[in-house]
Formats: sequence, structure tokens, C-alpha cells
Amino acid sequence: MTAKSLVRQRYRLRKAPFFIIFFFLLCVCVGIAADEPARVFEQAVRVCLSCIGIG
Amino acid sequence: MSFLRKWVQAIFSLLTNAYWAFPFTRTIYQGPMKVICAPGLNCYSCPAATTYCPIGTIQQLLASVRLTLASGQLLVGFSVVGFIGMLGGLFGRMICGWACPFGFLQELLYKLPTRKFLVPRVLRYGKYFFLAFFVVLLPLIVVDDFGGGVTWFCKYVCPAGTLEAGLPMLVMQPSLRAQVGGLFLNKFVIMIFVLVWSVLASRPFCRTICPLGAFYALFRKVKLVRLRLNENNCTNCHACHAVCPMGVKFNESPDDAECITCLACMHKACRFEAIYLEVGGIPLGPAPAPRHVRDAREVS
Repeated sequence: MTAKSLVRQRYRLRKAPFFIIFFFLLCVCVGIAADEPARVFEQAVRVCLSCIGIG
Repeated sequence: MSFLRKWVQAIFSLLTNAYWAFPFTRTIYQGPMKVICAPGLNCYSCPAATTYCPIGTIQQLLASVRLTLASGQLLVGFSVVGFIGMLGGLFGRMICGWACPFGFLQELLYKLPTRKFLVPRVLRYGKYFFLAFFVVLLPLIVVDDFGGGVTWFCKYVCPAGTLEAGLPMLVMQPSLRAQVGGLFLNKFVIMIFVLVWSVLASRPFCRTICPLGAFYALFRKVKLVRLRLNENNCTNCHACHAVCPMGVKFNESPDDAECITCLACMHKACRFEAIYLEVGGIPLGPAPAPRHVRDAREVS
């Protein structure tokens, strides 16, 4: 067995990050389906004075 | 690597604040890019901001959740949490170290030549408190007679909002100055405190207050890209302790929630190939050979 194959054998692909990323991707899809980006955009283009401590 | 990171930080800061026409228009950017979520903490009421702040948006959506539910809509921040959750699953707090404009500002302030102090480790739990209470629970629970809540973190704490939005808006729109009161004074004092603290200590806001950092820290064990320790090669020389901007003792806690994957420990400190970057369990670049494998190499 070569040193290279020993190193390869030692490291395995972790699956947990992919499940996490997929789960949050589903969340994004749910949010888009609920038309959330439109509401977010509506908020983001207005200055919320009380949010920045004025008024 | 440190030079590269500074450039990446500068580029992200410029991209999330790319609307330089604001001195002429005297208002904030209102174009189509405002539908994109900023990866780091960057107030969307900042006149130059081209993206929205995830923390501000989540609070806004939770504060108005009763009203939107009453109108038959389920707008609780799925898309926002989904976006920052994906980033968290990919990079964790690497976002803080590479893509957050307010983190970049703190690093620049820390370069000022003064006496430096440590941040007490116990204070790091503060950011989880701000995330749980000021970002989620209080906007959701404390409501007025009409069912509307308040963006507690933005309104009472966020120094990034005061610096990036409050002060520029007061400069651009003099009519707003009449409305400045105790609330703004409170936020102004917090901002000054955080800025002075950032000169004296390394990234204090990120370590003790930032709710976005707290959110990304939840992914410390499951993020795709992370730094690992090769225990066989580690000599416990503690060189990695000295260079870490977040006060992480990497050889003692490689999965520390504070690690922003700035790579300083790997490139600046460790001379024994004991720290390496992995993507999904696979080492990036040349695999750091453990001692027994190096021995095998030598034999073959």
C-alpha cells in the first residue's frame, strides 16, 4: 500500500454539510414560493428611521 | 494569505456598498439588487448599501408576522434564514472573516497603534443572547395594540446601523436632525463604545454582540469548509494561539465557535503542517501526511 492510498483511506467525505445545505436550500424555495422576496424588497428600499434610532 | 483576505474583505465591502450616487440623490439605493441578501452585517438603510441585511430583515418579518398572517401570508423569513443557513453550511464563520464589512472595519481599527487588551471569553455568550432575544423573541412577542413589533436589535443596539445609516442620513437630510432624541443618543454611545473597543481589542463586536456571527457559529461542526488539526504533527507549541484574531486556542479546540477561518494559524503560525483546510472531509491542497504515513513514505 502506497503512502498516497493510505492518506486517501484516512479521509472520508462528510455528508452532514450537504444535508444542511440542502435543508436550507429548501427553506429558500419555500420563502420564494411564499413571495417573500417581494416583501423583503419592499422593506429594503425604504429607510426605517426608527430602526436606525431616529424618530 | 493575509493580503489576499484583506482584498477579499475590501471587495465584499465595496460590493455590498456600491451605490456611490447617494451624495447626489440624497437617498438610499432602491434598485433591483436590494433583493439580494448580504452575507455579512451591513445595514440596508445605509445610503450606499446595494443588498439587504439578513438580521434587520428577519426582525422586520418577525415584527410584522401577525399582520402578514392575518392577511393570509406566511412571511416568517424562510428565504433569509435559508440563504444565510446555506452560507453557514458552506462556510460557517468564514463569512465573518472574509465577507463582513463591519468585521473588516474592526480589523482596520485594531491596526491603530495603541495598547491592546484581551476580550474575556465569558462575554462570547452575549451574541447568542442578542440572537435569541433581540433578533427573534422580542420582535415576535412584544407587540403594540395593532400587533406590530419592533426591530429590537436594530433599534436599540446595532452600531453598524448607526455608523452606516443613522449618521449618513442625518448628514444627507438635515430635516431629520429635529427628530434626534434619547434613542439615537443611546445608539451613538454604543457605536462609540464598540469603535473604541475595536481599537483596543481584536474584533470585540464579532465576539460578544454580533447575532449574525452567533448564527454562523451554530454550524461550527457541520460546515463544509473548515480548518482541521493533525494531532500527530502538533507539538503544542501554542504558536497558533498568538496569531488568532478571535482568541481561539486552535490546538485545544479545533471546532471552536469563534474560529473565522482566517487561516492565520495555518499560514502565519504553524511550522509543523499540523493545521490544514478541508472541504467536506477531504483536505484541500496537498494532504497533510500524519507522522506514521510520512514514516511509511520514507520506508517505501
